[in-house]
Amino acid sequence: MLKLLEGAQRLLGGSVLALMGFLALVVAAFSLATPQFLSPENFGSMAFQLPELGLLTLAMLMPIISGGFNLAIISTANLSGLTLAWILNQNGGPNAGALAFVIGVVAALGVGGLSGAAMGAVIAYLGAHPILASLAMMIFLRGLGEFLTRGGDISGFPDFLHGIGHGAVLGVPAPLLIFVAAALLWHVLLSHTRHGFAVAMIGSNIRAAEYSGIATKRTLTLVYALSGMMCAVAGILMLTRFNSVRVGHGDALLLITVLACFLGGVDPFGGFGRVPPVALALFILQALSSGLNLVGANQHLATAVWGLFLIGVMMLRWAGPALLKRFPIAKE
Amino acid sequence: MRNFLRAHPNEVRLFFGLLALVVALSFASKSFLTAGNVTSLLNNNAVNVIWAVGLLVVLIAGGIDISFAVAASVTQVLCAHIFAALGGGNWLIGLSFAGVIGIAIGLLNAGLIVAFRIISIVVTIATYNALFGLMMFTTSGKFIYDLPDWWVARIDLIQIPGAHGASASLGLPVAAMACAMAATWFLITHTTTGRQLYAFGDNPEGARRAGVNVTLMPFIAFGWMGLMAGLGGLMQVNIVQEVVPNALIGRELDVLAAVVLGGARLGGGRGSVLGCFLGVLLVAITQNGLNLLGVSPYAFKMVIGVVILIAISSSNLEFSGRSRAARGVADAQAA
Repeated sequence: MLKLLEGAQRLLGGSVLALMGFLALVVAAFSLATPQFLSPENFGSMAFQLPELGLLTLAMLMPIISGGFNLAIISTANLSGLTLAWILNQNGGPNAGALAFVIGVVAALGVGGLSGAAMGAVIAYLGAHPILASLAMMIFLRGLGEFLTRGGDISGFPDFLHGIGHGAVLGVPAPLLIFVAAALLWHVLLSHTRHGFAVAMIGSNIRAAEYSGIATKRTLTLVYALSGMMCAVAGILMLTRFNSVRVGHGDALLLITVLACFLGGVDPFGGFGRVPPVALALFILQALSSGLNLVGANQHLATAVWGLFLIGVMMLRWAGPALLKRFPIAKE
Repeated sequence: MRNFLRAHPNEVRLFFGLLALVVALSFASKSFLTAGNVTSLLNNNAVNVIWAVGLLVVLIAGGIDISFAVAASVTQVLCAHIFAALGGGNWLIGLSFAGVIGIAIGLLNAGLIVAFRIISIVVTIATYNALFGLMMFTTSGKFIYDLPDWWVARIDLIQIPGAHGASASLGLPVAAMACAMAATWFLITHTTTGRQLYAFGDNPEGARRAGVNVTLMPFIAFGWMGLMAGLGGLMQVNIVQEVVPNALIGRELDVLAAVVLGGARLGGGRGSVLGCFLGVLLVAITQNGLNLLGVSPYAFKMVIGVVILIAISSSNLEFSGRSRAARGVADAQAA
């Protein structure tokens, strides 16, 4: 049994195993507390709710691994959503065709990618601190969105969009499929490509990376451009979920994405972080919030529990090595 | 004077940028340089400055705090209940309770940072969510209007007679702002602890070897931030005359942007009270100017975003070797 655990640990990494344990614990606790937790309905609603936060967390993940931050993810997602909404409305609103949708999606991805690239260029070429550059970008993009919409929301979209936000393929919710595809793409990009290697090296030590011949400036610009495009995907999904776009939609998720990254073992200083543990962390957060909802608490209590949970995990990470030292059997 | 200019290139640049803005605006709009406008600018930004100098100390010590706006809200809500239970109270009691609650939250952050070796951004994001969630859960987000009179009564400290009979005045929050600025300035420039905070923020290991008590530093920095968060929360109620649990959320990032604009470095070891004040003013005056020029309020944030982007982009450009030499001089003086 111990050998099996050890093998699994080597294959998956210690953090994944610990997080799986947490997930099992959370699921077990809630299924004892309420019979509704282990029902298909609950899992269905969880699968519909998770992807929004999931996509935004992926957008936050890559900049953090590069040693930076992207506080503009929500406003980028909003503005990308607005782009798609505007193009749909220009082409007949509820009667817009599939072609208008495709053009709108491409334009939304373009807006997200370009605003990300602009921010990345300021960070990479002018040496601005990522927190500040993305903060300024967040204020600017939100302002632009407010200016364009006058603070109102845009709605009235064709019916087929409902299928993307609320439909299912072979019983699997479409938003979940989008999230899984995006997570797979991010995993391959970060763990199996030159770009991913360069991102981690930059996050560990940007000067050493520069001297080793890594094109740090170009890579950093690309990091934020890709992050912006992932925001656009999230923005498009939010549009189909709510059937409307408004600046400020999803604002509360901004710091939750950072929380999810840290929970998933991403190094706050950059250099280390993988997609699978972050995805697991997202499942845990969603299970906590859905479970609390079922036992009668509201989202605010879930937010509090998320914060406390992060503190708890950080304490365990600190205590873990010390405990292993005291009980050497566990290490054998 | 010359040494001051060389040692504070960022504050000088910011000052001249601000001066140019003020001159341009006073030509563009007649109502900009009036007593009424200037006092309302100060009254409306006093709370931001109070928070900004608190955050400055944390940034100098190499940390970051996301949770101070939530801490201020928690202080407001708890104070409202405490004062109701006490059946009134006065400013002395109010200041003590707000200070103690704020400091307690700051020390909680510092305790987690020190005890479990978690970096400050992770801790404060966690406490932000934990405190905000608990506060909204227990209060259900309900507004509190039933507040003691002393708390919400307007106190005009300085009256300036206006042109058309309407007099302009500076209120209590501005006095609190001045006190917070003076106290912070004294702490970071005229005490040993202040020097140690700079040293700790710049190079923790170096500071430890030089004999600085590195365990104590986060407690001082976050305790100070907590005190300012509590004070700011108390003053905010005096201005708006109500307690809205989630009204302050989001302000933390605006204040952070202003402080860093003012020359404080994310990563520690640099920053000044003057720069902080100028940073908050730059954002405030830009917004005020747009308002007076009749620009649509919906465009405010967009312009402010651009102003911050330009400011950070220009402040990071190295003007050949000169600024590096200037920094060398500053460092030599500091040492």
